[in-house]
Order: sequence, then structure tokens, then C-alpha cells
Amino acid sequence: MNTLLTVRDLRKTFRGGRGLLGKGPATVAVNDVSFEVQRGTTFGLVGESGSGKSTTARIVSRLLDADSGSVLLEDRDLLAVRGRQLLEARRKVQMVFQDPFASLNPRWKVGSLVAEGMRIHRLGSAAEHRARVTELLEQCGLPADAAGRYPHEFSGGQRQRIGIARALAVQPDLLVLDEPVSALDVSIQAQILNLLNKLQEQLGLTYLFIAHDLAIVERFCDEVAVMCNGEIVERGSPEVLYKAPKHEYTRALLHAVPVPDPRRRRQPISQRRVDEQVST
Amino acid sequence: MQTRPSTATGLSTTSSALLSIRDLSVQIGPVAAVTGLSMDVAPGEFVGVVGESGSGKSVTARAVLGLLPSHAKVTGSVKLEGEEVLGASPQRLRRIRGGKVGLVFQDALAALDPVYTIGDQLVEALQAHRDVSRKEARQRAADLLDEVRIPKPVEHLDSYPHQLSGGMRQRVVIASALIADPDLIIADEPTTALDVTVQRQVLDLIGDVCARRGASVVLITHDLGVVAETCDRVAVFYGGLLVEEADTVTLFEKPRHPYTKALLRSLPRLGVQAQFEAIPGNPVQVRNLLASCPFAPRCEVAADECRDDVPPEFRDDLGRHRCLVVGRAAS
Repeated sequence: MNTLLTVRDLRKTFRGGRGLLGKGPATVAVNDVSFEVQRGTTFGLVGESGSGKSTTARIVSRLLDADSGSVLLEDRDLLAVRGRQLLEARRKVQMVFQDPFASLNPRWKVGSLVAEGMRIHRLGSAAEHRARVTELLEQCGLPADAAGRYPHEFSGGQRQRIGIARALAVQPDLLVLDEPVSALDVSIQAQILNLLNKLQEQLGLTYLFIAHDLAIVERFCDEVAVMCNGEIVERGSPEVLYKAPKHEYTRALLHAVPVPDPRRRRQPISQRRVDEQVST
Repeated sequence: MQTRPSTATGLSTTSSALLSIRDLSVQIGPVAAVTGLSMDVAPGEFVGVVGESGSGKSVTARAVLGLLPSHAKVTGSVKLEGEEVLGASPQRLRRIRGGKVGLVFQDALAALDPVYTIGDQLVEALQAHRDVSRKEARQRAADLLDEVRIPKPVEHLDSYPHQLSGGMRQRVVIASALIADPDLIIADEPTTALDVTVQRQVLDLIGDVCARRGASVVLITHDLGVVAETCDRVAVFYGGLLVEEADTVTLFEKPRHPYTKALLRSLPRLGVQAQFEAIPGNPVQVRNLLASCPFAPRCEVAADECRDDVPPEFRDDLGRHRCLVVGRAAS
């Protein structure tokens, strides 16, 4: 196994000052974050809102600049490249966004949306783009006539498939998946996760998976890092991390997940009601 | 012991139900949002309403509160303590909303007015329902903030919504739902926008506070984990139809409707390493009149007759469901 992505000492501070009444205090969103992702595997970043997981994802995708640190894709530092090399780096790292209703331009047909990356990166002729779009849509489980339709004609799950096809169009090495299923219904989440698993197997893709749902991360990722207040507090394989969490925050997070088993309620509400009636 | 509905189906045969919905159908534009819904909530009961987006769960909540758009076509009956809500005058509806029935919405930031302080908003809500002085109302508001475990309640009366975190804001919304001592709280996805650790606190809070007051709760959610931990009884909605209802343990251990079964299988669970079991296809939005089982296109066991008509309701000791195949096999 070889390392595809190496993140070293990443740091990002957001300056205050967007408020009405002048400058607020600075926020350290990402504080000395380091991790590596092996080629062909899935690395999960979990945490609650404000933990810095999405900021990290955005820096890796070069949608945000870091204050310091490095993001190596193989041995090239994505944060240092400019011009033509930056364009090439952007091709290799593609992102799938959380909200499939907001991330697709409603005025474009699906075919153009999926082909946009190929046009920007000049990968082949228009005819080749059309052929590739058909292939991608099929690969992502969309109907053959999807290319000629608009995003609003599709359900949330199908739109997320379009988002995935769009990301795959430029043959990236790394997909940054920022909460790709959290906006979807439960029955659809599993479809999309299974699709991502299948694509990873077929194409040898590497995933950086950002999520807050611990149960999904457990099954989907080869390695997990738990983020809190901009720092990675714990890291390991899901088997180890979930069975024997070392950090207090990981334990709190795991404890908070609702368990879909009514017999394992911490304290059933009806029981609580009975207790209270007994005590009064 | 708590009051229980008199039958396992959750439908009361006497008039003891706090909320009693009979044969409710709602059509909004071309969409049949709810079809033939009957459902009861007994005093002090916690009922979960589960479904995907577009299943009709929020539309039902809005029908109970008279909050549907004026072009919605509503038929059937919704009774609160025996009094009909559908077609009630605006004045009566205003007394019901926030008075008899408290509301907790998903988005606490949208539910609160950004230009008024927390105290102003709670005082306004209380004075709309009770004849109390401003001073008394402020005292009552501070007590409530304390009850929903907001630290320094008196100081926070003068805070604006944006000065509070998401979890704190949701507590304020819960406080405003409770202010006129309602008998029923309808909570529509109250924790969906919150982080898990905050979700846990807010759920515990709703549970504790409502149990202490003896209020009934209808918890609308898409999260079966949340339901398993909080509700006495669960109703599962699909395509505007109540497809299955049973007490919580029965529903999780002996689900009967194919949709409930598939939903439970698709659930990611901590500590269970297996493939994700997806339900094929996409959720429906029912156009015009519902004339078949809405789940039939995605169902593994669907028979031809499932596509001919809306499946009838089957009732027994375990609960009720609307699966023709399962119901016929049992009889």
C-alpha cells in the first residue's frame, strides 16, 4: 500500500470582523492537523459542527487557503502549486458536496453539468465528452436519458448520483466527500454508500469522507479521525476506535448516538414517568 | 400507570383520546399529501411519526394546527379533546396553537424573531393566551428558561436569538411551546439540525419536561434511533399513507409492513459491520388520488392486486398495518 495524501501541520484561522460592530475574536478552525490516506482506502473525518472537519476538506480541495502546513498528493504540495500545475492538482482532487439541491446549477442540463470538468480540463472532443457522459451516468446508476434533463426532475438520491458522476468525469485520484449522504432519506443513504463502495473497487479511488454520523463512518471507512475544536483528538481503525475509545470526547460522541433498539433505552420515558409518580 | 389507548391499534374506541384524527385526507395542488389517516394520541403518551421526505408527516402536523395553505383540500376529522379543529374559526385556531398545542419546529433560528429578545418573545406568547401582567409574564418566562435548563435564565431574557448556540435556541423554542401549559406538544424534527451530543440533551429535555407535566408528545422524525429511545408507540408513514402502527418494541422486533422491514434493515447501527442494505428505487410523491399501495414499486413482495387499489387496514393485537400481502397471509 502506498500513501496518496499526506496532510502535515495544517493550520487555518478565520479572523473575526464580519460582525456588525467591528472585529470579533479570531477562530482557530484547524489547528496542527496531520494525517495520511493510503491509496484505494477511505479515511473518515468525524466531528460535530465547528470541529474543523469541513474546513480541512475545503483546504485539501483547494477551495480555501491554509495559513500554514502542507497537503501532499503523492509528493506534490497542493498548497504550493500555481498555474498549470494547480489546474492539474484540481483535476486530481474532486469534491462531492452535501446538498445535491444547492450544488447543481438548475439552469444546466445534466449532460452539461457532468461534462463541465472535462471541458475545463480539455479532456477530449465534444463527441468524446458525450460518450463519456453516457458511460458515467450508467456507471452511477442513472437512466440513459438523464443527460437531456434538468436537475429538478430528479430526486435527492439521483441528484447526488449526478454530483458523483460530475466529480468522476475528470478521472480524479482523490474524492473529497463532504457529508455526501446526510441530506438524504435513510433508505437512499444506503444506495449512495453502496454506489461509492462499488466505484472505489472498480476505479481504485481514494476517499476522504467527512461525516457526523458515526454509524455510517464505522461501516464505510478504513481509518477514522475524530476532530474536536480544530484538532484531531483520536485516530484509528473503526474496530478499535469504536470498541475502545480512548479520548473522552470520542466516548461522549459515541454515547450520544441514538440506538435503534427500544430495549436498549438508557431510560425509557414511560419508565421515567412511572418513577416520578412513585416518588411523589 | 400511564393512560394507554384502549386497543393495540392505538385507536381509542372511547372518547378518551386527547387528539383523534379520523379519515384525514389532504390534497395540496396536484399532490395527495395525506390519504385516509386515522390516528389517536392518548393523554401523556409519546407517539413517534416516522417517514421520509414527502411521506405526509409534516402535512399531518400542519392540518392539526390549521396551518395548511388555504388552497389545500382537507377532508375528514381532527378532534382535540372532542372538539373539531378542521374548519374552526381563526380565533379558535389561535387559541389552540400555542395554547392547547405547543409547537417545536426543526429550525429554531427561523422560529425565533431576530429583532426581539428572548424575553419579549416569551412574554408575547404568554400574554396571547393568559391574562397576566408583563411583570408576571417575565417571571414566568424566566422560570421556564430555568426549566429547560438555560443557565442564568433572568439574564438570558435580554439576549437576542443570535447570541445563543443552536442547542440553546432550540431550548428557547421548547420553552415558548410550553409557556401556556399545553396538553400536547408537536415536535417536527426538533433535533435534525443539531449535533448528536446536543440532540441527546434536547431529546432528554423534551422527554423530562413533558413527562413531568403529563403532556402528550407527537415526535415527527426520520430517525428511527430517536424514536426507539423516546416513544411509546410509532406510526410509520409512506406516500401519505399510515402503513404501520404498533408499540415501539413490537415495531422494531416484529415489523410487518415491507416498508418498515426494509427501513429497519437499511439503518446503519453502531457496532454492526455489514453491507448497507438499501431500499431500491426512490421515494414517491403521490400525484392526484392515491389508487394503489404507494410502496408497491419498491416492494419485494408486491402482488398485482397491490397496484389495483389502496390497501385496506389490517388490525390485530400487535397493531395495524396496510399491507395486502401480509394481511391476507395472516388471515
